[in-house]
Amino acid sequence: MQTATKVSTRTTSVASGRIVNILAFGGDISSASKDTILGAYHSLNGAARNVLLDFTGVDYINSSGIAIVIQMLLEAGQAGTQTIGIFGLSPHFQKVFTMVGINKYAALHKDEAAALAAV
Amino acid sequence: MKNGTSVRVILPSELGIEKVAMSTAASMAAIMGFSADRIEDLKTAVAEACINAIEHGNQFDSGLTVGVVLSTSADQLEVKVIDDGVGVKTAPHAPDIDRKVHGEEDARGMGIFLIQSLVDEAKWYKGPPGKSFVRLVIRLDKENA
Repeated sequence: MQTATKVSTRTTSVASGRIVNILAFGGDISSASKDTILGAYHSLNGAARNVLLDFTGVDYINSSGIAIVIQMLLEAGQAGTQTIGIFGLSPHFQKVFTMVGINKYAALHKDEAAALAAV
Repeated sequence: MKNGTSVRVILPSELGIEKVAMSTAASMAAIMGFSADRIEDLKTAVAEACINAIEHGNQFDSGLTVGVVLSTSADQLEVKVIDDGVGVKTAPHAPDIDRKVHGEEDARGMGIFLIQSLVDEAKWYKGPPGKSFVRLVIRLDKENA
């Protein structure tokens, strides 16, 4: 019954010249998404400094899906050189991510333009 | 929809099927006049309750089902999610994002916190198999609070 998780990756640069890696998700994000999402995250160049997570195409997120985001934040913290930002969440999930405290470790932006402007 | 209407949904113990209960709850809440943001709160709470029932209550046993009973009254929508487990022993503490991000606490384990945060009432009842349930309530009088 779960809709498959889709992940696409793209790279862009901002005015400062910084390179930004964007992971764009689609479908459902749940416990079944772990390998797909972490696989895509791990496939980023290890030197990726600025990573944005795009939830614009996500239909459904549950607490296990949120835990996958936390896992990425944990790994980014261990690397010590990577910043993760988030955009494209619905207002409801912006609230949920804030309730859990994710905004302490990853800035939540309304859309891609706002997220890129903050890099 | 009349006050006192009750709808029962029976779900197999399969992750993903919680979306059927979410949709049913959302439809009933919309008919009752709940706002879109409260309906989103309810959908997440119902999903997490069903996931807990499937995963922890019924432990993914395909021979067991999860019952979801949605009951309306003039000012509230009540949702009971029933499973065959032994019930929630103790509610886990609120998630500590610092501990999670530093690997000192399991990244998962946020479902009960989200349920408690998103509805007006959430209470867990222990019972024999098929009788343990969580009771969720959202109230219309909170709409303008």
